[in-house]
Amino acid sequence: MSAIQIIPINWYILLSAVLFTIGVLGVLFRRNAIIIFMSVELMLNAVNLLLVAFSTYLSDSAGQVFVFFIMAVAAAEVAVGLAILMSVYRNTKSTDIYMLNKLKG
Amino acid sequence: MITQYVFYFLSFLAIMFGLMVVLSKNPIHSVLYLVLTFFAIAGHYVLLNAQFLAAVHIIVYAGAIMVLFLFVIMLLNLNKETEPHKNVWLKLSAAVASGLLLVVLVGSLKNAEMIAATNTFDPNVGLIENLGKTLFKEFLLPFEVASLLLLGAMVGAVLLGKKSIK
Repeated sequence: MSAIQIIPINWYILLSAVLFTIGVLGVLFRRNAIIIFMSVELMLNAVNLLLVAFSTYLSDSAGQVFVFFIMAVAAAEVAVGLAILMSVYRNTKSTDIYMLNKLKG
Repeated sequence: MITQYVFYFLSFLAIMFGLMVVLSKNPIHSVLYLVLTFFAIAGHYVLLNAQFLAAVHIIVYAGAIMVLFLFVIMLLNLNKETEPHKNVWLKLSAAVASGLLLVVLVGSLKNAEMIAATNTFDPNVGLIENLGKTLFKEFLLPFEVASLLLLGAMVGAVLLGKKSIK
């Protein structure tokens, strides 16, 4: 017995859309770069949830393998992103993204 | 019946904690709320018969990635509410833009034609045996490329994290 046999797939689509939108809101709303990274993680997880829901719905394990690859990419992204953030902090003493408008030249 | 209530409860938790991640002022609280969101999502995975994925999700996300976040926040001494106030118009436009995105997503997906599940339901799809077979039969090349990606990310992180590049 699985939840997918009881709960319509539309509910999972709706839940993923709401979680993705919360991630987008975080990216637009906050100016602390660490919170923006966390919002990106939230968006990735919304997509992961939908992939797993459809994988179970269609009884196809390829969707769950995609989730593994997304996790690997997310781990790489976080490692490099936080390293960049550390060097930004070392130069500007802040993680405020508005300090980075010096790139405009 | 109980599955439905568990689904509603976990969805409520995931959405509420997700909102708290965005809205809480202290970065440490954001990280802890994000960990709770990941636990709620792992509960969804268990409901969906993806037990192995739920375990990996907790180990990788809550165990490794969020600890990295916490480590960086502690290292940079950001554990106080120092965020300068953003322009109120910027905040309002951010809220309106994401609200419109939600309306568009829900509106376009609500009446979408549903694919009927062609395969008969197989409860063993999320078990490690099936996943391993798919991973090493159909996705062997992407698996190897992922190792290259992780190696590159590791070298890049070490290089960027060094004090000075000569």
